[in-house]
Amino acid sequence: MLANFMAWIDKRLPVTDAWNKHLAQYPAPKNFNFWYFFGSLAMLVLVNQIVTGIWLTMNYEPSGEGAFASVEYIMRDVDYGWLLRYMHSTGASAFFIVVYLHMYRGLMYGSYQKPRELLWIFGMLIYLVLMAEAFMGYLLPWGNMSYWGAQVIISLFGAIPVIGDDLTTWIRGDYVISGATLNRFFALHVIALPLVLVILVFLHILALHEVGSNNPEGTDIKKKKGSVADSEKSKFAFHKVYTDKYDIVDAIPFHPYYSVKDIMGVVGFLILFCWVMFFAPEGGGYFLEAPNFTPANGLKTPEHIVPVWYFGPFYTILRVIPDKLIGMLGMFAAIGMLFALPWFDRGTVKSFRFRSKAHFVNLVQFTVCFIVLGVLGTMPASELANLIGRIATLGYFGFFIALWFYSNNENTKPVPERVTK
Amino acid sequence: MSNAPVNNGRRRFLTAATSVVGAVGVAGAAVPFIASWNPSAKAKAAGAPVEVNVSKIATGQLIRAEYRGKPVYIVRRSQEIIDSLGGHEDQLRDPQSAEQQQPTYATNQYRSINPEYLVAEGVCTHLGCAPTYQKGDFSEQVEGVDYGFFCPCHGSKFDMAGRVFAGVPAPLNLVVPEHSFPTAGTLIIGIGKGDA
Repeated sequence: MLANFMAWIDKRLPVTDAWNKHLAQYPAPKNFNFWYFFGSLAMLVLVNQIVTGIWLTMNYEPSGEGAFASVEYIMRDVDYGWLLRYMHSTGASAFFIVVYLHMYRGLMYGSYQKPRELLWIFGMLIYLVLMAEAFMGYLLPWGNMSYWGAQVIISLFGAIPVIGDDLTTWIRGDYVISGATLNRFFALHVIALPLVLVILVFLHILALHEVGSNNPEGTDIKKKKGSVADSEKSKFAFHKVYTDKYDIVDAIPFHPYYSVKDIMGVVGFLILFCWVMFFAPEGGGYFLEAPNFTPANGLKTPEHIVPVWYFGPFYTILRVIPDKLIGMLGMFAAIGMLFALPWFDRGTVKSFRFRSKAHFVNLVQFTVCFIVLGVLGTMPASELANLIGRIATLGYFGFFIALWFYSNNENTKPVPERVTK
Repeated sequence: MSNAPVNNGRRRFLTAATSVVGAVGVAGAAVPFIASWNPSAKAKAAGAPVEVNVSKIATGQLIRAEYRGKPVYIVRRSQEIIDSLGGHEDQLRDPQSAEQQQPTYATNQYRSINPEYLVAEGVCTHLGCAPTYQKGDFSEQVEGVDYGFFCPCHGSKFDMAGRVFAGVPAPLNLVVPEHSFPTAGTLIIGIGKGDA
């Protein structure tokens, strides 16, 4: 009965084939570790954001007059409104945590290198859209930090010569941030950007399945067709789009092996997520900032305007550069460098495990600088903070420059042919 | 390619012509979408330049106007006040108005077009409180300076050109908005000198 039904469907839409190609017969390297949880977790959080977001719009009022009160209404009067909102606000921070770890995995194991450049670019576009999404979403509660955070970021565009002032007016739709700005951000936040995000995630996964997953050793599990003895090939059945072109070694099917592993990740993640959501939904003032509990007020600036933690690194780069325009360019360049990472790295050895000492040191200094920049971004500016921030900014950009130089002729270790046991 | 009887030259021409016409159409269709982001007529009306009759302000008096949601202070400075502006410049953070807190035509000691009138946003550059005009008794804040603005929130001090004193929380001079005097007694806030 069910078999007949599936046969009927498959004749009209290749559902079983797609299931096999992308899940049940998709060859994934058998040595995935902890760091490979974060891709599926990012998808989980995306679903959480979309579902809770839809429910929040049912009671949210996108207007300068009503927004703040409607959020309070959701928190106090709507059944489980507080839970939906905390799921959404905690989800926003969680999204960046898992995405940063997911990106860092790619950085460590060289997952951006040829042939995965486009995959990396799609990932970076997702990251960019995610930042826009988070920035616009942060305005919607219409708290005072929402207002002034948007004020600071939008006024950055005023630093662009000639068109700057007109551009900021165009973005705001008014001479100050007002209900007009709120409404357009709402439209982009709930319709335009989520659509783009979902399409990009789809492309990201398609691109991944075209080139195949990397792994912590950076070895290739797809060998030239006919080069591997039958006894050495993976014993699992994989989809013919993979086996027709390659001999596959050291691989297991994504489903059920990694779908089950990822469920373990989901359990661990949800424990942490729920702990924050129920016991510390404000994240110590980092997830929901204190000034945002008072309504937006264009005449009263919060004591310290600091962005939400996930923008910290880029905000620090902006702030430590004394010139506003160069600061803005520096901030965007910092993200641009990540886009261009596959071309800064001229090496062919992927995983840091088999790369030079220099690369390891560079990776560590980059990690430290990124974290330092992030921490400084959430603190008020001071002379000392500026000095440290400048050093960390140099370290951030230095990572890419140094990588370009040493990766051309790097003293690497031999990469094993096969995934080591 | 196949051996089908295809005139490639013609096909290329048609493809190019269709693309160009299509691109023009897309550009045209984009106009309303982009233009709808401009301030609406309502927002423009609310943010329109403000005209103030300044001829009837008494010497030393401060009046307030509202421009784009912010209070604008207008003070008619006496000759005595104008003359005193140079006297305390060593105590100011930015006596030469090097920071771009004013239009270029107001980048002078008086921070105004006409030394007689100070036009500045009454918004403290620290955290946006409204500074209080201290008329004659500002010397209790800064010794030897009789007139000035004192912010009650965190104690920032500004002189009669809106220049901030050193050693207070406010980092910058008060903002001087775009303004002009179409006639001697009329002030327009929001239209710069020479832009009208």
